Amino acid sequence: MDPLRQSPSPSSSRASSPRTLPCEMLGYVGIEAVLDQLKIKAMKMGFEFNIMVVGQSGLGKSTMVNTLFKSKMCKSTMPGLGVPTPQTLQLQSVTHVIEESGVKLKLTVTDTPGFGDQINNDKCWDPILGYISEQYEKYLQEEILITRQRHIPDTRVHCCVYFVPPTGHCLRPLDIEFLQRLCRTVNVVPVIARADSLTIEEREAFRHRIQENLKTHGIEVYPQKCFDEDINDKILNSKIRERIPFAVVGADREHIVNGRCVLGRKTKWGIIEVENMAHCEFPLLRDLLIRSHLQDLKDITHNVHYENYRIFRLNESHVLPRGPGWVNLAPAPASIPAPAGPQASPRPPKVCWWAKDNSDEEC
Amino acid sequence: MAATDLERFSLPDPGCDSRQVWPQWSGLKQPFPRNWRDSRFSPVDVWAPIQNAEPEPRSLSLGGHVGFDSLPDQLVSKSVTQGFSFNILCVGETGIGKSTLMNTLFNTTFETEEASHHEECVRLRPQTYDLQESNVQLKLTIVDAVGFGDQINKDESYRPIVDYIDAQFENYLQEELKIRRSLFDYHDTRIHVCLYFITPTGHSLKSLDLVTMKKLDSKVNIIPIIAKADTISKSELHKFKIKIMGELVSNGVQIYQFPTDDEAVAEVNAVMNAHLPFAVVGSTEEVKVGNKLVRARQYPWGVVQVENENHCDFVKLREMLIRVNMEDLREQTHSRHYELYRRCKLEEMGFQDSDGDSQPFSLQETYEAKRKEFLSELQRKEEEMRQMFVNKVKETELELKEKERELHEKFEHLKRVHQEEKRKVEEKRRELEEETNAFNRRKAAVEALQSQALHATSQQPLRKDKDKKKVPQLKQALLQNTY
Repeated sequence: MDPLRQSPSPSSSRASSPRTLPCEMLGYVGIEAVLDQLKIKAMKMGFEFNIMVVGQSGLGKSTMVNTLFKSKMCKSTMPGLGVPTPQTLQLQSVTHVIEESGVKLKLTVTDTPGFGDQINNDKCWDPILGYISEQYEKYLQEEILITRQRHIPDTRVHCCVYFVPPTGHCLRPLDIEFLQRLCRTVNVVPVIARADSLTIEEREAFRHRIQENLKTHGIEVYPQKCFDEDINDKILNSKIRERIPFAVVGADREHIVNGRCVLGRKTKWGIIEVENMAHCEFPLLRDLLIRSHLQDLKDITHNVHYENYRIFRLNESHVLPRGPGWVNLAPAPASIPAPAGPQASPRPPKVCWWAKDNSDEEC
Repeated sequence: MAATDLERFSLPDPGCDSRQVWPQWSGLKQPFPRNWRDSRFSPVDVWAPIQNAEPEPRSLSLGGHVGFDSLPDQLVSKSVTQGFSFNILCVGETGIGKSTLMNTLFNTTFETEEASHHEECVRLRPQTYDLQESNVQLKLTIVDAVGFGDQINKDESYRPIVDYIDAQFENYLQEELKIRRSLFDYHDTRIHVCLYFITPTGHSLKSLDLVTMKKLDSKVNIIPIIAKADTISKSELHKFKIKIMGELVSNGVQIYQFPTDDEAVAEVNAVMNAHLPFAVVGSTEEVKVGNKLVRARQYPWGVVQVENENHCDFVKLREMLIRVNMEDLREQTHSRHYELYRRCKLEEMGFQDSDGDSQPFSLQETYEAKRKEFLSELQRKEEEMRQMFVNKVKETELELKEKERELHEKFEHLKRVHQEEKRKVEEKRRELEEETNAFNRRKAAVEALQSQALHATSQQPLRKDKDKKKVPQLKQALLQNTY
């Protein structure tokens, strides 16, 4: 190995202390073997990923999940076949363990049937926010224990895929409300569902309008601009940001096209290939979610969203004592509210807090 | 039903709900017979309603390449940007070769001054260095226990070391318990490994070594090392190692065992475990052996090569410490030693986990109680201080009053004395006046006599002489009388 002078990379988010001395090594020591050790350890422990799909019924959420992970995660419901639409929003989670090339992934998919299906959709986001907070709460409880587990099971929602119906016009008020509330609690990736009903030009126009809407309402979807660490990330993420929201088509049936077996939707006027970039942007979504940014999603959930929740929670219930020896940046409030336990039902005051207080964000 | 004709007559799509495709089956409670099921099905009944409660996750086989096998690479690249930190604590007598070994291990020269033998007590000296190899950045902290084993009374030698380790844990715990914390940015200073240097006497461990290691084994991963191994012959070394391990086991000292649960490294680690403690030789000088320059120590009787496995176990140490188990050392520190410290510390402060039936957030109540206690303590102290202040004020007032009274008395006394004096002086003045009056009267009488005598002498001049004699005598007597 060549002797290398120490040069702090511009991406390093750690400031070196004033007394750190850079040192030259005159030969190969073997420090980089720690990367292999990390890999081995990670593969032994396995990975976890929790994804939530939100959207009105009939937009192809379950099909999309099946297409993403190339297996039958959820049973896709066919609308209008006697399945009663749920009266209230129920969240359903399915967990599977999938393995590929020795890498084990515990995947949890949370579906939200009944979202936006009622006549009055007011506060239909509350159960979803409640569910997300409940997962954070579980993790926080585990973390606060005196005797903790070695590896706290991670059920926090890492990514929420929001399906925008392909109206072709712009975001509806329901979408805007929901996205505003959700983008502060979880990483949101909006997609245009059933994009095969839009032509390419309509898609582009729709996409632009959605981007405008998002900017106007201050909705920061994943990948958030403020978390770009270095110049490479910025370039990569801005390319992605240009194409958000992706126009996707989901399909889990295979058809023969030109001798190849592809996933697609067969219609009278042709077969829409899911993996064909010319037809839809599914490969982009899959690459973003799985192949390149999965770890990043988890990291942002853990370092940003979970920490925000924790700050809020600890401030609210005054868990930490105040006094010498404890560093507390939050001022002591006048009254002590009632102790709060984990609740499955939504809590409207908290939603308002998220909605109006922007200053605690790390952006 | 809006299904197309083709789909209607083909095998049911495993993804859809077959009860809708063939409504005659909708009343069926048990699942479909298995014989025509696609192999892509999971073995669990997929038509059972999916519930919120989570049973153990079922495994699913994939129909194609999804692409999450790049996950470990994603994780690794994230870690690389963050950088790593590794902290080594070197404990051993002065002059046993700790700094040289560090230099040899990391192939560089860490600039440290030689420690003197005259330290009052054991002092810990941490130094942080930034190392980089290809794209991996390592923040290496080497903590030296300076003055270990130099004092005459070595009773308290271990205490500064234990205090230092605890202080690092405490810092991390404080950071973890903050409300606004940034753990991913935090420079981890917890000691990951302690290299304990054993003096190569060839007999057994010293009692200082045993005591120190016993105190440290629950706080840090200990790897014992026999230093200056070129002073022991091979056979003696073998016996020495067995003796040391025997003593450690019989005294219940838990040294770090290289992990053997992962197949990739299990064999290597198991072999190395048998070679503990490693007998090492450190050197930064290079000597020409054959036609290569190697790091070695040159003696008149031969050359001890550092990287020769026959000569010493340096290569084994480097393998184990850096190339194979660095991550495991860090993980053990975090998940075992740090958790133990955290548990003890929190229990000491009075916190308990909720036990089953009680409210899930009893931690909050304990915190509340602690806070109230602290506030009341604060109030009490305030009261005390106020009381003290009031008391002091009273005291000073009394004192001042006393003084005032004294002064008064003095003044009175002085006044009286003054009066006395005045009176005396008055008396004396009166006396003086009286005497002056008496004198004046006598004077007048004498002068009257004199004039008479003068009258008489003008008729009797003889008597004049006598009178003249008498007169001055008389005058003198009168004068004497007045005085």
